[in-house]
Amino acid sequence: MRKVELKGLTKSYDGKQDVLKAIDVTIEPGEFFVLVGPSGCGKSTMLRMIAGLESITAGELALDGKRANALSPSDRDLSMVFQNYALYPHLTVEQNITFGLHVKKISKKEQKARCEEVCAMLGLTDYMKRKPKELSGGQRQRVALARAVVTQAPLCLMDEPLSNLDAKLRAKMRSEIRQLQRKLGITMIYVTHDQTEAMTMADRMMILSGGDVQQIGRPLDVYNNPANTFVASFIGSPPMNLIEAEISDSVLVADGHWMTPITADMKAKLQTDKVTLGVRPEHISLAKDSEPGFLVQVANVEVLGTETLVTFDFGEDTQWIAKWNGQSDIQPGAQIRIAVDDHHLALYSTETGERIYCQASEQAAEKKVSS
Amino acid sequence: MTVIRQEATSGSTGDWHLERKRAWSNWMTGMMFLLPSLILFGVFLFYPMVRTVYLSLFLTDSQGVPVVFVGWENFVNLFQSTSFQLSAKATALFVLYTVPAGIVLATALAILANQKLRGIGLFRTMFSATMGMSVAASSVIWMFLFNPSIGLFNRILAALNIPGVQWLLDPQYALLSVSVATIWMNTGFAFLILLGGLQNIDQSLYESARIAGVSESYKLRKITLPMLSPTLFFVTTVSLINAFQTFGQIDLLTRGGPMESTNVIVYSIYKDAFINYNVGSASAQAVLLFVAVLIVTVLQFKIGERKVHYQ
Repeated sequence: MRKVELKGLTKSYDGKQDVLKAIDVTIEPGEFFVLVGPSGCGKSTMLRMIAGLESITAGELALDGKRANALSPSDRDLSMVFQNYALYPHLTVEQNITFGLHVKKISKKEQKARCEEVCAMLGLTDYMKRKPKELSGGQRQRVALARAVVTQAPLCLMDEPLSNLDAKLRAKMRSEIRQLQRKLGITMIYVTHDQTEAMTMADRMMILSGGDVQQIGRPLDVYNNPANTFVASFIGSPPMNLIEAEISDSVLVADGHWMTPITADMKAKLQTDKVTLGVRPEHISLAKDSEPGFLVQVANVEVLGTETLVTFDFGEDTQWIAKWNGQSDIQPGAQIRIAVDDHHLALYSTETGERIYCQASEQAAEKKVSS
Repeated sequence: MTVIRQEATSGSTGDWHLERKRAWSNWMTGMMFLLPSLILFGVFLFYPMVRTVYLSLFLTDSQGVPVVFVGWENFVNLFQSTSFQLSAKATALFVLYTVPAGIVLATALAILANQKLRGIGLFRTMFSATMGMSVAASSVIWMFLFNPSIGLFNRILAALNIPGVQWLLDPQYALLSVSVATIWMNTGFAFLILLGGLQNIDQSLYESARIAGVSESYKLRKITLPMLSPTLFFVTTVSLINAFQTFGQIDLLTRGGPMESTNVIVYSIYKDAFINYNVGSASAQAVLLFVAVLIVTVLQFKIGERKVHYQ
């Protein structure tokens, strides 16, 4: 287990533009920490800086409280799993797993014992004499994992390890990696562009965009309480619905005529009369007869078995998605009346995208005060 | 797939005809694409080869017209002639001197030039430059370097108070001298191909090794060389064939001399055919050279390929 601290960590390749801008975060021992963001956001660069494969332009990296900026990768006592697995094609699975162990002064006998142990753990025992090209994608992935585990390093870095697998296998490996990390009790830093992986695996996650930290937090906190419109639209599948809205008196008006009341408490926080309104798909429902509703035209319906995704036109060039439980038989083109749960509204500044108000966080704060 | 096949087999004879027609037109389309290279290979390669084998079985007049069928006599004469034995020995030595040394040198240069350093492009250009030079121009340069009175090598020897050497005129040194020049000429090609091979190696393999903390020589032995082996194999094969066929620099530097010490088989073929007008014997030597190259290449594939790791 290992504590990783980043203090103002900055990376620039040309000395002018920063690809990572002063990252501050502390990753606790034994934590499963996920770095998530769209491609090109700097998440892999950050991981490679922690590994020592990229130099640090400014700031400090500390491992277990000791400055590690200038340490060579092998002196940082960590293991890494690469996106393409980086297996040696000319070596057998066994040779791949034990590659480089002689540097750590581990005897041949001990190497073999360790290799057999991890192979048993990862179900590779029957494949130890095979070459990587004779393995399936999932088995190669396991060899890459085994190579990280066999070093017994207290910190493991993973760079999009599941992105080359098909969807079904990915879901399986997700759970396996998480279980493995728990079993070994190691600190894990995991890079992905897939928000589902981040949500399902992380103890805590960091959302990066354009080299800036957007939000750091536990998955559910991030989901319920996105810090800005970027996080709101990145985390969650389908993402949070967003639309510009105007405030007049005590109602919020979107698209010229759709209205929802706002509370005095909400109003007190609003400085402007223009905001971006955010609603999660699961908080939109079909309006009951007694309820006030809003008439919209259905553009597309996706029935997934346990739930139904309804895409409808909202405003001139905006489409929203609603998510309902069960199997709905609404047809595309139909007019439906929808209602928005006004206990779950989020309001963002239209200019900066920053969160102004989020009902979920207010409720959480209230709970804390009362308890 | 199965549905289509069922229809095809249970269908009427009309279907069968259609299929035949389609197969025929497919074959024709394929042949059309092959035709240009078939014609070129036929005219410049297959026909001369067959003609050479044919001529090797005849005594010819001075125009190269076959006169008397003599069967294996040309070959028998060759095996009995000391001149041919010397030629074969010179060729074997020449291949032995140039190929391994050239490949080791090119590999070393390629590994050096594969570093990420400022201005490395300059070195890459320099190391590969010999590829762009004609054999004639290179030979002239080396002729100056080897010149006994004004050449650089003898001046260096003189500066060190060592008596000069007749590089190209001394039978002891001539083949070695031509070999050195040849290594220099061939390095550019091998270097360029090997550098390409090095740059194709996945960087994450080295990154993984850096995290493991293995030494540079371990990386070279366990990653670079195995991963480069397909390229090395290709370069070795091409270099071997090339070395067997060397002609230009020998013609320009030594003309097969002194005392036939650099009279490699290709040069001997040339002399027999175009100076002695003994086309039959020249053809027989060409056939033997072809067989020798074939055997060496087949052996190389049989033995060498086992050590090659294709991805």
